[in-house]
Amino acid sequence: MKIGVLALQGDFHEHITMLSRIGVETAEVRLPEHLDGLDGLVIPGGESTTIGKLATDFDLLEPLRKFAAEKAIWGTCAGAIFLSKDVHRQQPLLHLMDIVVERNAFGRQIASFEIDLEIPVLKEVAPGGGPYHAVFIRAPLIASISGGAHALASLEDGRIVAAQQGRMLATAFHPELTGDDRFHRYFLHLAAGQS
Amino acid sequence: MEQQIATFAVKKGLAQMLKGGVIMDVVTPDHAKIAEDAGAVAVMALERVPADIRAHGGVARMSDPELILQIMDAVSIPVMAKCRIGHFVEAQILEAIGVDYIDESEVLTPADEEHHINKHVFKVPFVCGCRNLGEAMRRIGEGAAMIRTKGEAGTGDVVEAVRHARSVLGEIRRLQNMPDEEVMSFAKSIAAPYELILETRSLGRLPVVNFAAGGVATPADAALMMQLGVDGVFVGSGIFKSGDPAKRAAAIVKAVTHYKDPYILAEVSRNLGEPMVGRQVSSIPEAELIADRGW
Repeated sequence: MKIGVLALQGDFHEHITMLSRIGVETAEVRLPEHLDGLDGLVIPGGESTTIGKLATDFDLLEPLRKFAAEKAIWGTCAGAIFLSKDVHRQQPLLHLMDIVVERNAFGRQIASFEIDLEIPVLKEVAPGGGPYHAVFIRAPLIASISGGAHALASLEDGRIVAAQQGRMLATAFHPELTGDDRFHRYFLHLAAGQS
Repeated sequence: MEQQIATFAVKKGLAQMLKGGVIMDVVTPDHAKIAEDAGAVAVMALERVPADIRAHGGVARMSDPELILQIMDAVSIPVMAKCRIGHFVEAQILEAIGVDYIDESEVLTPADEEHHINKHVFKVPFVCGCRNLGEAMRRIGEGAAMIRTKGEAGTGDVVEAVRHARSVLGEIRRLQNMPDEEVMSFAKSIAAPYELILETRSLGRLPVVNFAAGGVATPADAALMMQLGVDGVFVGSGIFKSGDPAKRAAAIVKAVTHYKDPYILAEVSRNLGEPMVGRQVSSIPEAELIADRGW
């Protein structure tokens, strides 16, 4: 199993550290040819406008769409924005998941927060696991879901913060900033084609 | 667990999201748009870029909150703003208007020559400059959630940023290779908090994100700093004091992503127009050097 992490900008190194810790081979992806031979791809947190611009300039948009048709792909925060079909503003998107995302939905940095979430689907990789500690940084929300996408996690008030569509995952928070590897293991399970 | 805001993890976390990116100094909302369109991960809102602060002389203070608010309205990326070293009321004002990060900056005229701001008591995170590991550790000890080299702002001469990055990263390498019994004495010799030294030793890097700043003017400068081992780059006067800011800004963004690929660096360095007119740091009288401000 070899997982790529899109390394145009953002906290890709944090994802690589987490994946390496659970024994997965990783590769940094900056150009289309770096996608060859990968079983899955993580799009990290960062600035979605920067990642979108660099992906456009280095001709990654179509190769990423093609990759996602065959392999597992997961976006955290900026990555989730990039995977979405709409963010109600002009910026390059992959339009892969049937989710509409609202950027900076909680406000500016002062409103960034940590909270425990119940994420039932993580029981598939960790049957005895408790709540999931999630870190939200100038975070987006998944404002609406349609088509083949479904919610994986919500805040207490029902607002959606994680979604899945086939082998595509979107999380508004940052599993790579915690010591908890359950979300990464869940993604590996999708990449291995077990779901 | 209840929702918790302003934890050190979320303060440091925003800087982690900026890694591999370029933070650009802007003085108008139009500049901010150009920076965002070029791929900046954040902008630093200020009234004058450092080269103009140097030329202008006088006391350099926090920018007008109205200007900062206009820049915050103009872009979707994070907006940073500078306060004077030790001027915690300027910091309170910047927090009140909602900036995403405060740079307690030597580029402005220091308000306190002995004490930096106690940054732990703020909800907004701080970035601070340093010339060496001891200075970085002291700032983190005071609550800084991000570090940058000081370099020598407003010169377009990268030599000081290189010196400061080599100093910080070299001291970390030394720290990692010394036997346990020498660590306390090392912490004492650089006037650094012992616990932070232990953490840095075990991580093999600063415990917070570490950018380069002060004198970066070209894509090659930016890639040089990245290859030396920093996490990202601030560009101050280098962009909007150059002949074609939009083009140069986009080129520096690409250079930071592809910092290890000389073929892409060559491509993005072509036809950028005039760089900012530089000023050799070695020709500047000592009293005019900015990096010596703070301790």
